[in-house]
Amino acid sequence: MEREFWTRLNKLTNINNSNNKTPMSHIAFLPIKGEVRRGVLSMAKVIEGLYYAESHEYVRVEGEYGYIGITDYAQDQLGNVVYVDMPEVDDEVTAGEEFGAVESVKAASDLFSPVSGTVVEINEALEDEPELINKDAFANWIIKVELADKSELDNLMDAAAYEAICK
Amino acid sequence: MSDKRTCLYERHIQQGAKMVSFGGFEMPIQYTDIADEHIAVRTACGVFDVSHMGEVLVTGREAERFVQHIFTNDVAGAPVGKIFYGMMLHPNGGTIDDLLVYKEGDERFFLVINAANIDKDYAWISEQVKAFDAVAENQSDYYGQLAVQGPKAEGVVENVLGLPCQELVFYTFKKMQVGNETIIISRTGYTGEDGFEIYASHALIQQMWDKLMESGEAKPCGLGCRDTLRFEVGLPLYGDELTDDLSPIEAGLGMFVKLDKEEFVGKEAIARQKAEGITRKIVGIELEGRAIPRHGYEVVADDKVIGEVTTGYNSISTGKSVCMALLDINYAKLDTPVQVRIHKKLQPGKVIKKRFYDKSYKK
Repeated sequence: MEREFWTRLNKLTNINNSNNKTPMSHIAFLPIKGEVRRGVLSMAKVIEGLYYAESHEYVRVEGEYGYIGITDYAQDQLGNVVYVDMPEVDDEVTAGEEFGAVESVKAASDLFSPVSGTVVEINEALEDEPELINKDAFANWIIKVELADKSELDNLMDAAAYEAICK
Repeated sequence: MSDKRTCLYERHIQQGAKMVSFGGFEMPIQYTDIADEHIAVRTACGVFDVSHMGEVLVTGREAERFVQHIFTNDVAGAPVGKIFYGMMLHPNGGTIDDLLVYKEGDERFFLVINAANIDKDYAWISEQVKAFDAVAENQSDYYGQLAVQGPKAEGVVENVLGLPCQELVFYTFKKMQVGNETIIISRTGYTGEDGFEIYASHALIQQMWDKLMESGEAKPCGLGCRDTLRFEVGLPLYGDELTDDLSPIEAGLGMFVKLDKEEFVGKEAIARQKAEGITRKIVGIELEGRAIPRHGYEVVADDKVIGEVTTGYNSISTGKSVCMALLDINYAKLDTPVQVRIHKKLQPGKVIKKRFYDKSYKK
């Protein structure tokens, strides 16, 4: 899972934008497959009651609406967020499809919507302070959508299942 | 083929570095955070493991004539202790590599080349040297290398490592005896700050690293900030701003190509490019917004693609989103409005000088 996350994390960076004659130095910042090593693993926070996607986004459901953001684990892996690419209000998002990106100094990581729906609000605070995601990823959601099909939530994980895949 | 490890690999793991594959080596991209490490080098002192870099020693009666033959800069008659930056070119003017040449003696030159290009360079050098009374030896596996960089680097090298270096001026070096080995120390770097690069055996490089860590005077820095630092001051990275298909003229590095030299590989091609003009050039671009241009993104003007980003960041020192890009020469003039396609949207910007932050070297 971690490898997949990193593969995705680096999808938009040097790798996929180069053509086949990519020289070695373009593979510069791709973590070694399956072996992203670090020293002290800080325990990432997981919150009960949210729905989690394997691609490390969460949905907090309030009535007919869902607040979508990235998990604490994802922000920890990404490092300091320096830019968030968001859709516009009234845009449609589809479960499993890309709706924006979060970027660290070195890497751009696509955001995949865990659910389908219509964007009713974007978190404008992130335009000037993208680092809010690092401060509290669960409080600083990225988009609010009007849920198109609540049964899609059944395809997502609960906190315990998500925590298990982050280990 | 699996990646090589430098002599400091175990230390990087112990220190919790995030390791990545770079140039055939397993290297630390960051220990804590790219921005923190970047700022440490701009304001105090950072140390990089750059043991992945390659070294080739050229010796012999015709060593100088050989270096002149494969190298774009002019080392003729230089004093011992001087360092030159330049390129090795293909006959068509494309760049094999950019490198440093250290003049150790009239018949002895030390070449420092990029890790990713060691095999390619050494094959080229070995082939070319056959026509000369000189020998080229690949010493890349012997040397470890540290780069101690930042405004406080001189004090750290002198006091923590005990290596007198004050008298070295920018782009000079000296050899020193440490125990029973000879090391090389130069006032060079790849960050736009004052600093030193030290070449020594693996055992000695490990000892120096440990001393620096114990002192707390030099922050361990990864390749992540090495890239953001060099980028801000407009230094090229081979693979981004220089490639087998790109000439130094197109990269805006013509000052390191001495056409008044009698001969070097690629001279005719470069002379032709200068006479006839080039069709594309590496420039700087500054965007109006915060969206981050990255390698390979399209640059657009007049509703057509006019080039692509070679390196881009949200500059850590200035906070602006900037990039270097290879553009159609018709759009390379300063202040030309251009757009970069980022996540499907076109972000407006303009062409600026490809120096986003001023260097502070000790000349």
